[in-house]
Amino acid sequence: MSGVAQAASPSLWRATLGVLAKDFLIEWRGRARVNATVFFAMMTLFVFSFAVGPDGNVLARNAGGYLWLAILLASVLALGESFRVEAENNALEGLRLLPISPRALFLGKALANTVLLFALGLLLAPIAVGLYGAALAGSAWHGLGVLALGCAAISAPGTVYAAIAAQARARDVLLPLLLFPVLIPALVGAVKATALVLEGDPMGQLGSWIVLLAAFDVMYWAIGLALFGRVIEE
Amino acid sequence: MRRALRLGLPAATLVALALGSALGLAYVPEERHMGEVYRIMFVHVPAAWIALLAFTVTFVASLVYLFKSSYTADALAEASAHVGVFFGALLIVLGAIWGKPTWGVWWTWDPRLTTAAIMLFAFAGYLALRRFVDEPERRATWSAVAGVIIFVDVPVVWFSVRWWGGLHQIQSSKETVGAMMAMALWVNAVAFLLFYLWMLRLRFVVAHRRLRDELAEPPALDDTGA
Repeated sequence: MSGVAQAASPSLWRATLGVLAKDFLIEWRGRARVNATVFFAMMTLFVFSFAVGPDGNVLARNAGGYLWLAILLASVLALGESFRVEAENNALEGLRLLPISPRALFLGKALANTVLLFALGLLLAPIAVGLYGAALAGSAWHGLGVLALGCAAISAPGTVYAAIAAQARARDVLLPLLLFPVLIPALVGAVKATALVLEGDPMGQLGSWIVLLAAFDVMYWAIGLALFGRVIEE
Repeated sequence: MRRALRLGLPAATLVALALGSALGLAYVPEERHMGEVYRIMFVHVPAAWIALLAFTVTFVASLVYLFKSSYTADALAEASAHVGVFFGALLIVLGAIWGKPTWGVWWTWDPRLTTAAIMLFAFAGYLALRRFVDEPERRATWSAVAGVIIFVDVPVVWFSVRWWGGLHQIQSSKETVGAMMAMALWVNAVAFLLFYLWMLRLRFVVAHRRLRDELAEPPALDDTGA
């Protein structure tokens, strides 16, 4: 931020972009961590095959489900990491002292997590399709839309809970314990929608699952905006 | 008043539970289709009602805490979540015991069943969160936020699971339940409600005393360590 006198508190939009840029910078400087998360997610995709056995049909039919489980498991690591770096060295204290609204902090953090998970999903989707022998019958654009909505759905409650868990004891077990039950409807919606994109949608059901995902997103992004300030207040 | 609650509530609960069990097990006739096994309804359905009530109380108390920062609301939210998790677990176990002879399976992915299980897990997480935060104000704020996040999820979970594909009988109404059965059901519901209030009161007292200790002035440091 240039010039304290010039703008005492920047607009919500600019502050959000500032937080987002800061988070991307941290991710870039610590790209070894991001890489490790990506490899972890790929390995989960690989490991699911062994739980099911080498039956190609079963694997292909469940490709969407495995893809989302891999993203979900990796999201716990990514979300936890995004607040562990703030909890270390009391960086959160610094964020609190910034003359910006906590809503900008929430938006910046949640957007950063959404983008990170989206990028992860982009990497994993072709691997899942290839590894499980699934075909892409629907439109890739629909697939991208579902991926974006699903990642946003994980990130909104995930950001709130990660901020809480990072400051609590037993944070590694606490985050998934809090997050997974809440995410079930988003997971159901994302898996169903992904399966429809992969296998084709003769009954035209994709729309209603996308509406469900979007409704989940609207609800939890609104709750995050409203309550995040209470979560990080001193 | 306090004394009346402390002694009267357990006494009333035990009498109501005994009466409800007698009605449900002996007085009410056998059901035409399910035979004797349907009698589990008299505990299963009230358990569902009370679990829902308990989680609703936690939600409302969480909202009150977020607006008023009242530690009484915080203690109430904690107490009700504890009792709600108990009734939720009871509900699912009873449902599984009922499901096996009538549907042939212990578990099915029915919306109400699945929603109940997810609520149970979510509130177990809520209780874990409370255990892992020592500072009272943070614990109260964070768990209130979690209480809101979990509760608003309930209708979404329900719809998503219903669309996802679902054997649970439709909700009973007066037409489907005989008058005698309805009476036995209501007596049991009142008994469970009293049981809830009794447990809620005990849990509330525990939470409140713990808060009082935590918020009390720390004792002055003695000079042995210095």
